[in-house]
Amino acid sequence: MGQAINDIQEELIEEFGLFEDWADKYEYLIDLGKKLAPMSDAYKTEENVIKGCQSRVWLHAEKQGDLVVFQADSEAIIVKGMISMLIRVLSNHTPAEILAADLYFIDQIGMSQHLAQTRSNGLVSMVKQMQHYALAFS
Amino acid sequence: MAEKLNIDQIRADFPVLHQQVNKAPLVYFDNAATTQKPKAVMDALIAYYEQDNANIHRGIHTLAERATSAYELTRKKLAAFLHAPSTDQIIFTSGTTAGINLVAQTFGRANVGKGDQIIVSNLEHHSNIVPWQLIAEEKGAEIKVIPVSDEGVLDIEALKGLLNPKVKLVAVNHVSNAIGTINPIAEIISLAHAVGAKVLIDGAQSVAHLAVDVQALDLDFFVFSAHKLFGPTGVGVLYGKRELLEAMPPYQGGGEMIKEVSFSGTTYNELPYKFEAGTPNIADVIAFGAALDYVQAIPSEALAAQEEALLAYATEKLQSIPGLKIVGTAPQKIAVISFVVDGVHPQDIGVLLDKFGIAIRTGHHCAQPLMQRYDLVGTCRASFSFYNTFEEIDRFVTCLEKTLQMLQ
Repeated sequence: MGQAINDIQEELIEEFGLFEDWADKYEYLIDLGKKLAPMSDAYKTEENVIKGCQSRVWLHAEKQGDLVVFQADSEAIIVKGMISMLIRVLSNHTPAEILAADLYFIDQIGMSQHLAQTRSNGLVSMVKQMQHYALAFS
Repeated sequence: MAEKLNIDQIRADFPVLHQQVNKAPLVYFDNAATTQKPKAVMDALIAYYEQDNANIHRGIHTLAERATSAYELTRKKLAAFLHAPSTDQIIFTSGTTAGINLVAQTFGRANVGKGDQIIVSNLEHHSNIVPWQLIAEEKGAEIKVIPVSDEGVLDIEALKGLLNPKVKLVAVNHVSNAIGTINPIAEIISLAHAVGAKVLIDGAQSVAHLAVDVQALDLDFFVFSAHKLFGPTGVGVLYGKRELLEAMPPYQGGGEMIKEVSFSGTTYNELPYKFEAGTPNIADVIAFGAALDYVQAIPSEALAAQEEALLAYATEKLQSIPGLKIVGTAPQKIAVISFVVDGVHPQDIGVLLDKFGIAIRTGHHCAQPLMQRYDLVGTCRASFSFYNTFEEIDRFVTCLEKTLQMLQ
């Protein structure tokens, strides 16, 4: 078993707690986006695309044993940073754990505005889609 | 030399400009999406609701009389603003989109038939494309498109080739919302009229910047929104030629738009009420009158000079940023700059500029066909108004440079 979902969230809250000003926080977020494991082009299909008004997000999920593994990508780097955290928190967990997850870290690290921009990026739809996959795999 | 504007004094009239956003002074460069409102507009709204609120046109009591007079006064001001021959030709709608749909569903439905053509341009906002697609689909008509050059200029030679007697309507914007091009509408109108086509001009982006004389231009239809002209949201204006408006069937049915109703048949009210079914947006129309007074009190040459200077200054500064490309470099432009930066998604720029307190627009600007033409997912758009300053442009450029450093 890997780390529990809430342990990973606490870890992220601690990491972001190191930064006092928003610019450092965003530089870290951008860095996370740049370091996100590249998604295989084979998964960047029309089927896997989550449309936002301004940028696209691709999400692929598969079951490995009991665990759901996610891969994702976006055209926009800040969205990609958010994706990277969502994958870190939710990937490699069981469907039941994913469905039960309360993603409180986003608010705690001061990034909830990116989930409020419902039309401009695909993040809200991405979280929903991750849960739909978990449901389908459960 | 035109009289210079006292910008500090003007800015004092716009309460919203004086605030901190994300701990930085707000720089509002999203004026093409909506302009800010002078205090006079808010005062008019409050005064109306505190003193005059009543339903208009049929009430015989004093408040109804006051509300009706104030509402109709805005119509008079608009007729003067557009140089319209009469107030009857000024129809209140809820916005530009509603005005275009009204014309599509009345003039379009009555005049466009199978095999006919409607011409739009590659520069249009979706709201001047989709209503025509709907009517074209319903009637079996075709949509033709005026192409746009790499600089963002409409190809008038191509329009000449497209025009023929099957064209019933040409619908183009006066100014492009996405890239700021000012289109040669006088020429487009005279070319269209030569083949018997009518013309609808979407003035949403022009009315805050350019004078419009509907008679001198021989305009058939002109539509715009109050909120892009310093007025409230939820009010739009449709101007039409009298003979066209009179021949058009009614749009929405209801109160206000009728003369007599019986189950054996209904007769319709005169212009403009024929197209104003139901209780209109009384308060916002009245407040829009205050916006018109405000903007018309500013000398128009000074206003235009300020905006031109802002555009020139910002263009020069932005061009010095490595990797930045301005999209839309037409010789005739209003104070709008659309740009992209190599290797950077526009959304990322918009998100970070907001952290600096700077409001710009990013995305496709509801002009996806234009983005496809330039093979772009979107652009960043900074759009200025006369209340913006050179200092704001300096801060915008400095913060943009910092933003790009973070992203690259």
